[in-house]
Amino acid sequence: MKNRFRLPAMLLLATAVSQVYAARTDLTLGMQLEPPNLDPTGGAAAAIDEVVYANIFEGLTRFDANGSVIPALASSWAIENDGARYVFTLHSGVTFHDGAEFTADDVKFSIERAMAEDSTNAQKQLFANIDSVEVIDPLTVAINLQQADGNLLFNLAWGDAIILDPATADEAATSPVGTGPFVFGKWVQGDRVEILRYQDYWGEPAQLDKATFKFISEPTAAYSAILAGDLDAFPNYPAPENLSQLDDDPRYSVVLGSTEGETILAMNNAAAPFDDIRVREAVAHAINREEIIDGAMYGYGTPIGTHFAPHNPAYVDLTGQSDFDPEKSKALLKEAGLEEGLTVSLKLPPPVYARRGGEIIAAQLRDVGITAEIENLEWAQWLEQVFKGKDFNLTIVSHTEPMDIGIYANPEYYFQYDNSELQALMTTLGSETDPDRRLALLQEAQQIIADDYVNAYLFQLARTGVANSKLKGLWPNSPTQANDLTAVYWED
Amino acid sequence: MLHYLFRRLGSLLATLLVASLVVFLVIEVVPGDPASYMLGMNAQADTVAALRSELGLDQSGPARYLQWISGMLQGDFGQSYTYRTPVADMVADRLWISLPLALYALFLSTVLAFPAGIWAASHRGGVADTTVMGFTQLGIAIPNFWFALLLVMFFAVNLGWFSAGGFAGWESGLFAGLKSLTLPAISLALPQAAILTRVMRSSLLDVLGEDFMRTARAKGLSERQALLRHALRNAMIPVLTIMGLQFSFLIAGAIIIENVFFLPGLGRLIFQSIAQRDLIVVESVVMLLVFAVVMVTFVIDLAYAWVDPRLRQQRR
Repeated sequence: MKNRFRLPAMLLLATAVSQVYAARTDLTLGMQLEPPNLDPTGGAAAAIDEVVYANIFEGLTRFDANGSVIPALASSWAIENDGARYVFTLHSGVTFHDGAEFTADDVKFSIERAMAEDSTNAQKQLFANIDSVEVIDPLTVAINLQQADGNLLFNLAWGDAIILDPATADEAATSPVGTGPFVFGKWVQGDRVEILRYQDYWGEPAQLDKATFKFISEPTAAYSAILAGDLDAFPNYPAPENLSQLDDDPRYSVVLGSTEGETILAMNNAAAPFDDIRVREAVAHAINREEIIDGAMYGYGTPIGTHFAPHNPAYVDLTGQSDFDPEKSKALLKEAGLEEGLTVSLKLPPPVYARRGGEIIAAQLRDVGITAEIENLEWAQWLEQVFKGKDFNLTIVSHTEPMDIGIYANPEYYFQYDNSELQALMTTLGSETDPDRRLALLQEAQQIIADDYVNAYLFQLARTGVANSKLKGLWPNSPTQANDLTAVYWED
Repeated sequence: MLHYLFRRLGSLLATLLVASLVVFLVIEVVPGDPASYMLGMNAQADTVAALRSELGLDQSGPARYLQWISGMLQGDFGQSYTYRTPVADMVADRLWISLPLALYALFLSTVLAFPAGIWAASHRGGVADTTVMGFTQLGIAIPNFWFALLLVMFFAVNLGWFSAGGFAGWESGLFAGLKSLTLPAISLALPQAAILTRVMRSSLLDVLGEDFMRTARAKGLSERQALLRHALRNAMIPVLTIMGLQFSFLIAGAIIIENVFFLPGLGRLIFQSIAQRDLIVVESVVMLLVFAVVMVTFVIDLAYAWVDPRLRQQRR
């Protein structure tokens, strides 16, 4: 991977231009959910990363706007021992917001903290293959792996792998201190988080002086807040029903993008009736994806036929394999000895895609003789009953982690798919570093899970954002859950 | 009077104790583990176990109850699982919005309801009465969140007089603070005022038919004097009861209005904490609300005694 060179001249020009016209340098951005805390290494909530990722905290590597892994605190690296040892060279002159110098010791501390026995890192599996972290000199650090791992740079780009200063790590939940282009300002709980430009940032400084994340959970309130000018942008706008109205208004622009959220109708592969592949296939053919996308998502979403993001270069379009074909469904059910019909549970978590999508799916299943009994659950209940207890037949959920096809290799995962062929493939993928062979393996994996009709694959969640037309530089897509404000500026 | 006071205080303490038990039990029974919720779908079992022990969730139920109660008695409400800040601070921050909002709404509803109720009662059967009653019907029938949305659309989006929601913060001045609470207070006050007007009117009408009112008029007082000097005070008991109930409701029951105006009030805190299984926050806030309701009832009881001397002398 090549390092990107910064262009200081362009930056100076940009600064000069913005000074001449005195464009606005503040921003108020809406978010539906408030982060429970601000430490991305201590919780899974997407809202944490949406505030702090790339703004306050940085890791050795990071995702860019298109989801590629690019250098962050590490300026370059060398891969040794056939992919089992990574030696990172760190940027010099990097300081934490409290003035402390960033060194290799902080890297060692942060990674060991995430791996520790009492670690509360929600993505501890990212670090499972790390054997040791070795400080070579203050600006060089090596990560030794148990076995070669082609995923390490990707894993280190997650918000859960950001670098903390040992002195302030424990307070990160309420007063985060990182190395990013923005300093934490204040947090009025229930209302907003404010961040300010960090003057001594090591890289290209942010153009905004101040940004405020405002938490508005109610979709109608989000709409009126945009209309009344209380908000400049709502990158994950929760009311798709009035997007077309906003799009017609010259004051706002609607930005459609992609997310990493594969929305699936998950089936419990270990329990009757969905332990029978014929019944699973019958469900897959009973689903009309277009109807769900139009009915539940106002047309925003891309149909998928496997557990993979369509914008990823490794994606294979397998939607044809599970096309809408109710007659085939009925035939398959008959073959499985279920022509009399069957009754199953359909447990739905709170998001709209699940609640609205669930009703449409229940109707579609009824047409082929499957009665789905809808049960609405809160997230906490869903985690307990479905995810942990595996007490369900069907459920709808969007898997928002990037590149998460690896969950199919874990037979304990809630849909309980157990296929040794795929498990072996994933192990091979883990130690494979050649990009072409990785691509081929990923495509093979997609084919295997589509052939086994593990789940019914519905659509890739769209990102529908609204912003003031003069505001530029927001990410249209969300390759990871983030609102990177580094390059955001006001036009004029 | 003292006897009355002590009796009231005793039942107040018993209510609080029973409530604390019920609150704790109910919340313990609800399925869902705060640690699993916080760590999400990829968390490993050992991570969840580590967080559970960090939060003290691995201790037994009774041990946690005792810890919670003894903490509260010393003024320590514990620390939020998800926010990692003291519950007392969080509640205090929210109260700075919820309490003024409740008082503001109560003030508006009283200012509307008292004159309207008195006016309607004194013109019973007339045009005034019919008009007022018509409006109260409307006030009760209109859902307050819908009315709130209309207010936002008109005053915030079209006219731009107010912001669509949010709270300016008291640090930006009393006026700015009150201004951002105005639309929410109006939406909360309207249905309350409608109910209060009806109670005021019917209670006054009951009193107006009493013998002492005839006496008052017989001794030469005008209709208006009789109403204000004698009838009003006697009609106050049901009105006070309703006001007490309404105020208790307003402190925490404004969840929907808080959501419409994205105000960081107490109602939203509870709502959020329940979804996140931040049990300690839910328990402590609910307890605090029980305390508030009990206190309001206590104050209302004292107010009864103030308007009705018979209650003061009562010994049962």
